[in-house]
Amino acid sequence: MGFGEEDPAASRSNMLLGVKLGILSEVMLFGALFAAYFVIRSESGGWPPEGHERPELLLPGLNTLLLVSSSVTMQWAVRAIGRGEVATMRRALRVTLLLGSIFILVQGYEFATNGFGLDAGVFGSTFYTLTGFHGAHVLAGLGFIAIVATRARHGLISAEHHTAVEAASYYWHFVDVVWVILFSTLYVL
Amino acid sequence: MLRAVLGAATGIAVGVGSLTLARGAGLIIDDGQVLGLAYLLAVIGFLFGIGAFRFWVTWAAGRQVDPAEEHAAHGTAGDWRRYFRFTTDHKVIGVQYLVTAFLLFLIAGSFAMLMRFELAQPGLVLGKEAYNTVMSTHGAMMITVALISIIGGLGNYLVPIMIGARDMAFPKTNALSYWLLPLPILLVAINPLLGGFDSGWTAYPPLSQQANLGQQAYLMAFVTVGISSIISAINFLVTVFRMRAPGMSLMRMPIFVWALTVTATLALIATSVVAAAFTMLLFDRVLGTSFFRPSRGGDVILFEHLFWFYSHPAVYIMGLPGLGAILEVVPVFARKPLFAYPLAVLSFISIGVLSFMVWAHHMFVSGMAEFFHIPIMLTTELISVPTGIVFLSALGTIWMGKLHFKTPMLWVFGFIWAFLIGGITGVYLADVPTDITLSDTYFVVAHFHYTIVGGTIFGLFAGTYYWYPKITGRMYSERLGKLHFWWFTLAFNATFLPMFWLGIEGMRRRVADYPSQFGGLNLWISFAAFNIFLSVAVFVFNMVWSWRRGPRAAPNPWRAHTLEWQISSPPPIQNFDHIPMVSAGPYEYGGGVGVPAEGRAAQ
Repeated sequence: MGFGEEDPAASRSNMLLGVKLGILSEVMLFGALFAAYFVIRSESGGWPPEGHERPELLLPGLNTLLLVSSSVTMQWAVRAIGRGEVATMRRALRVTLLLGSIFILVQGYEFATNGFGLDAGVFGSTFYTLTGFHGAHVLAGLGFIAIVATRARHGLISAEHHTAVEAASYYWHFVDVVWVILFSTLYVL
Repeated sequence: MLRAVLGAATGIAVGVGSLTLARGAGLIIDDGQVLGLAYLLAVIGFLFGIGAFRFWVTWAAGRQVDPAEEHAAHGTAGDWRRYFRFTTDHKVIGVQYLVTAFLLFLIAGSFAMLMRFELAQPGLVLGKEAYNTVMSTHGAMMITVALISIIGGLGNYLVPIMIGARDMAFPKTNALSYWLLPLPILLVAINPLLGGFDSGWTAYPPLSQQANLGQQAYLMAFVTVGISSIISAINFLVTVFRMRAPGMSLMRMPIFVWALTVTATLALIATSVVAAAFTMLLFDRVLGTSFFRPSRGGDVILFEHLFWFYSHPAVYIMGLPGLGAILEVVPVFARKPLFAYPLAVLSFISIGVLSFMVWAHHMFVSGMAEFFHIPIMLTTELISVPTGIVFLSALGTIWMGKLHFKTPMLWVFGFIWAFLIGGITGVYLADVPTDITLSDTYFVVAHFHYTIVGGTIFGLFAGTYYWYPKITGRMYSERLGKLHFWWFTLAFNATFLPMFWLGIEGMRRRVADYPSQFGGLNLWISFAAFNIFLSVAVFVFNMVWSWRRGPRAAPNPWRAHTLEWQISSPPPIQNFDHIPMVSAGPYEYGGGVGVPAEGRAAQ
């Protein structure tokens, strides 16, 4: 705002509302991708289409565990800073970053070893576009959390000033929920 | 600016360079992939160059942002260079949007003149391919004008002032949403160099999958504009819901702010759907996916559903700001309170909700599921009820008012006529049986020009004349304004009314040539269309000349009651010395009490 007179409480609630609205538009983005997936799937005779096989459940299952736990650790960070425990929050953020990074590595390994590509008909198209979009959001979320962690290291986050932690947590939980839906529809059902 | 251009050039160089190297290493890379990467990096380079990310980089690196630098980014009053920089003042951004939109309006209008040149007589002059590109570019650009001009231009300038705030909630993202626009606009403008595109702005596959690189340029540009409009929508909503001055309750907000609030909500919810659809289409073209390739299990109609799920609400994203501007102008020049203000607000909201349930009326002949026809026809007819109420709100305000026929008010009357024609002819396109006959004829062209020009552009002109003295601090020439109005309105009607007839007679749209029996009317239409262009030249002259030479404007030349008129013209850099206390509604005109305008908002 730049006039040095704004009320921190107002600026905080503005920021959080902005993040929530941003997530709403992201919900519509994934909504459109899922809609495309279900329409294409319902029109194909049987899913996966002939000649395709779904990836094994072991690695994505592990990834689901990783991401769900990372949501818990993220919430741990939010709780900690609410009580003013900066050190605990930083630890929780580091654990979240670690879990999210392992998720990305596992996902990358899976992509490399799946044996089918983006150009493998509608199956490959939907699979990689949906998981790819999600993966990009995980990366963005990790970037966001890393920034929050950096700011915390510089002592810029405290019990009074921790809007960024909360904003990152909203985003991170959203990414997690999308993954759970992806996992159940693309891999399981 | 220079750094931004350098940034963009670096982006292009890196993109083209790296892929050329990859090609040299034996990878198969097509031109589409080169264009895609080069454009993406160019946008990022441009934004870095203009300084869009410098505060966020500082913030992310864990340093304190220097308040002095932040203050400098807000711009200094009277410094013209701030209009060419990453300036965070919402008033500067509003002017940037408005000027950009009018420039684009002129370019897109020139493309329309080329179309009318080709269509003036049967036979081919430009050729089919060139005509298709001209037609598609005209559409794509005019859609952008309609999407950004009022909300981005007038909205950015006025909404914070009208609700008694010093700026938007997120000034830096506000500037970002503007600076996202120049590159995609440039890319669409140069698409003929990339082979042009012939799909029209709707970009239906399979044509859009096969067409030239120019097609890809359009798709990428549109996604970028979409991202910009989502960011700006978030900003508007947070501003309106969190930044109102004390006493500015929701039902005391000027109707223009209400219209933009609904508009921003639609843009926020709908835009990512079209971004997803265009991205899938781009992936089909560039990365070898098959979302919309029936030969490999994809579905073409799926694209149309996703596209119109955005693009019908988008009609209201274009239209509602225009209606809002019209309703804002009417009470001032009728000296009466806005008729049925609460109902008008409710109607804007219901239009917003219903607009998500009518999209498939664009697809009655597409081969989509039959059972969908009747429900969509009914919802489409239903949406004319709240739209009609908004219309009646304007009429009811005029009724028995003390009318002042200044230029803005003339545009209101022009709107009433044009939008009435647009609305009534819409019924024939909502009804399945008549739509099947009229689909893809000039009837459709006439209908949507009557609604979008009638709603948005007439609203834009009304609003631009009305707020011109506030924005520039100068009065425009009333005589030239009236000349512009009469010339434009007569030429506009002379152009588009005969098109209804042509459509009923069966002349197809989006085609460069036509049967010779339509020759006479088309010649007339082309003649009238050239007059529209000339009348806009009067407007441009009036705006530019008056900005330099016009007489100084008083703070409140219209004796209006809304907040923006209670401060100086142009407004001071922080808008208000003290945040005002609002104690009354925006339109308490007449009534014999004679509330002096200045008394309303005690600062």
